[in-house]
Amino acid sequence: MESKFYEEDKLLIFRITDEIDDFSVQKIRRRADYDIERYMPRKVIFDFNRVTFMDSAGIGLIIGRYKFAKMLGSTVELSNLTSSIKKIFEMSGILRLIPITNLEDEKYINKIG
Amino acid sequence: MKNLNIYIKEKKMKSEIENEMKLEFISKSANEAFARITVAAFASQLDPTIEELADIKTAVSEAVTNCIIHGYDKKQGIVKIFARLKENEILIEISDKGKGIENIDIAKEPLYTTKPNLERSGMGFTIMESFMDEVDVESVVGLGTKVTMRKVIKNKLENEESDDEFEMITKE
Repeated sequence: MESKFYEEDKLLIFRITDEIDDFSVQKIRRRADYDIERYMPRKVIFDFNRVTFMDSAGIGLIIGRYKFAKMLGSTVELSNLTSSIKKIFEMSGILRLIPITNLEDEKYINKIG
Repeated sequence: MKNLNIYIKEKKMKSEIENEMKLEFISKSANEAFARITVAAFASQLDPTIEELADIKTAVSEAVTNCIIHGYDKKQGIVKIFARLKENEILIEISDKGKGIENIDIAKEPLYTTKPNLERSGMGFTIMESFMDEVDVESVVGLGTKVTMRKVIKNKLENEESDDEFEMITKE
């Protein structure tokens, strides 16, 4: 997973590059919480553009980061969900709490390539 | 055109597959990717769509996670997978000799989890049920759990606009 923090916007972007399952999620969680606490962003975006697989471990991962970020006064958004990843998030109902954003629309896309 | 149709029917009959495989591995979550990729590679003999393959991978991943996290609860054990292809259907049995499930109906409920502290979402069985055509759970407390799943792989020849393709061939 890669991350990048944009100081001027207080925006933290995580680009997940692993398959998301019970195994990989432990590493992603540690890294995400470390960076969120370190940068104290206003907004956190998880980019799923390079995620080729996700099971229900991804639901727990995002709910957990949502709670952690909220506690620190930050919000969470998701970007580039494939149809199967979206299907899993929809089943859990968390998309009612966590909006989908389109990173391509933002100026950041070129910077995190 | 008639001859072509007969040829295609024969070819379809020949491609009706019967095959089986078994897989055993230690209950380490590092093996989850290995398990789902192996089953998906086996299932690919039925010529599934990318989406069907993703559904199978996800369902296998959920069942294997359950064996490792809940069945064996961090103790080491063996997870077994048996898969059978018959005609256009895949059957997958995933079993452990772990602690078993006390109440299967409650365990299957969406959002129910015995391990919320591990950020488990409680969506495992719900995902298996919606991604596969049939999910059956047998469990005996103290002896283990077996999840049996079936999925029909829709025949691509019937699904796609195959007629157009044939017309193109005959025109040539």
